[in-house]
Amino acid sequence: MLKQYSFEETAVQSFDAQTTLALKTEDLQVFYGANHAMHDANLGFPKNQITALIGASGSGKSTYLRSLNRMNDGIATVTGKIWYHGVNINEPNVNIYEIRKHIGMVFQRPNPFSKSIRENIVYALKANGVKSKADLDERVEKSLRGAALWDEVKDTLDKSALSLSGGQQQRLCIARSIAMAPDVLLLDEPCSALDPISTVKVEETLLELQKQYTIIIVTHNMQQAARVSSQCAFFHLGHVMEYTPTGTMFSNPQIPVTQDYIAGSFG
Amino acid sequence: MNAKQRDRVATVVIDLIVAAVVGILLFLLVYILSAGLPHVSWQFLTGASDPMSGAGGIGVQLFNSFYLLVLTMLISLPISLGAGIYLAEYAKDNWRTSLIRSAIEVLSSLPSVVVGLFGFLLFVVKFKMGFSVISGAIALTFFNLPLLTRNIEESLSAVSRSQREAGLSLGLSKWKTEIGIILPVALPGIVTGVVLSAGRVFGEAAALIYTAGQSAPVTNFSDWNPMDPASPLNPLRPAETLAVHIWKINTEGMASNAAQLSAAASAILILAVLLFNLGARLLGNFLYRRVTASK
Ligand SMILES: Nc1ncnc2c1ncn2[C@@H]1O[C@H](COP(=O)(O)OP(=O)(O)O)[C@@H](O)[C@H]1O
Ligand SMILES: [Mg+2]
Repeated sequence: MLKQYSFEETAVQSFDAQTTLALKTEDLQVFYGANHAMHDANLGFPKNQITALIGASGSGKSTYLRSLNRMNDGIATVTGKIWYHGVNINEPNVNIYEIRKHIGMVFQRPNPFSKSIRENIVYALKANGVKSKADLDERVEKSLRGAALWDEVKDTLDKSALSLSGGQQQRLCIARSIAMAPDVLLLDEPCSALDPISTVKVEETLLELQKQYTIIIVTHNMQQAARVSSQCAFFHLGHVMEYTPTGTMFSNPQIPVTQDYIAGSFG
Repeated sequence: MNAKQRDRVATVVIDLIVAAVVGILLFLLVYILSAGLPHVSWQFLTGASDPMSGAGGIGVQLFNSFYLLVLTMLISLPISLGAGIYLAEYAKDNWRTSLIRSAIEVLSSLPSVVVGLFGFLLFVVKFKMGFSVISGAIALTFFNLPLLTRNIEESLSAVSRSQREAGLSLGLSKWKTEIGIILPVALPGIVTGVVLSAGRVFGEAAALIYTAGQSAPVTNFSDWNPMDPASPLNPLRPAETLAVHIWKINTEGMASNAAQLSAAASAILILAVLLFNLGARLLGNFLYRRVTASK
């Protein structure tokens, strides 16, 4: 039987003016019809850090993450503010296509296009007007290097992306995202479909990528959160209960619900 | 009887039914081909037929069938592509969409004679287009649209949602995602559907008798200007197709060898439809390997 925890008792950090935030949400609410799936999420994401979102299945992590680049448009109603470079991007008149180029996303199941490896990366670039072959080749190499995939595929760029292993496919999806030169990267349980070795590769990739990108990663693997993230937010039944530096979260959780979750009593 | 025995009996019954279906099909094929092919000659395939008796070759009819098919596809493919994309991707789940779906449903169950008579009254008579290739092509379009639209919609819907999300998350518009990412994946299925429906259109007679007409005026195959009355490409000339020709030989043919003529023409028709089916398979597989870059 799941214990009842008060949603009033939360421990959510905010950042001082010295910390540059790449993205910040203010009173973010998400509704799937009548289902109020996310309540008052107030989170800031420090630039060039990895923030992990943890919590039990169904606690609203994906719901929250997908709201950040407006992928919930047409699926859910999202209210509240999402601040990005001083602009509230949760406004109807904001160009969502432009937003998504700046805030990239990698999904739970690797979803490369049924195209060649190269085409996976250049398709969206071409659609955005990058024409020169030299430019495209350079972007392909750079993003594949960024995703630590270059050495494995550099001789087979014209082979089908579907012929890659799951881990390689997921790194290709990361490469595809960073080829758009975003500054925020959202990842929704990117390793849940991968074996441990591929998982390590992806994690190493992320640690390397945080030098250039602000990364927000959903995971329900607490070890993974501990290994890669600097900040950690704990979600419970559609509420953000605790948000602290990752070290604090795992060594000294502030409130009962987090303590129980970390101790493995539920989730 | 225990579960295992019941299972065995059921399997035997199903096997028998399948064998019966395949048997009937093979019998028909072998019968039609063996009755017709001996009478097929180069002369027969390319020659003109006598307008009164129907005797002679089927050259013009064969050309008419293909020309009508191409025209029909030229008209119906863009429309059904648009409709299919709309239904698969943009249509909301509301009463308007279900009305459209019911309309397509009804259209696909219209008997082809009714489509033919409708085409006759509207295009041939009212719009004064006469018995012509274009009247026939439009009638066939009515007949073809529902099938193609449904096939395209289903092929598109079968592509995983995650592909759409991938496209959108890269900042691609819905349209760009649909055309550049979803459509190529769905293409093999769409092409298979198009070629199969081509087989159906090719064999259609009832919808054409009163629209494309029952005469195949001798055409001048060295004149490719569609404006000339004698040009094979002229869309306003009457164009008896192979299927209509077979029907006509059998109902009012006065040639002494009418039975052989119709057997030979039927064999050719069946062969063409078989080729369409085979082509659908090969082309579908080929395209699938091409778009997915798998060798
Ligand atoms: N597309 C959707 N439509 C309706 N309800 C949804 C949808 N996606 C998620 N939900 C609901 O929102 C809640 C949170 O789900 P989700 O964000 O997927 O949780 P998590 O990612 O933490 O496992 C759940 O109750 C789920 O049923
Ligand atoms: Mg989730």
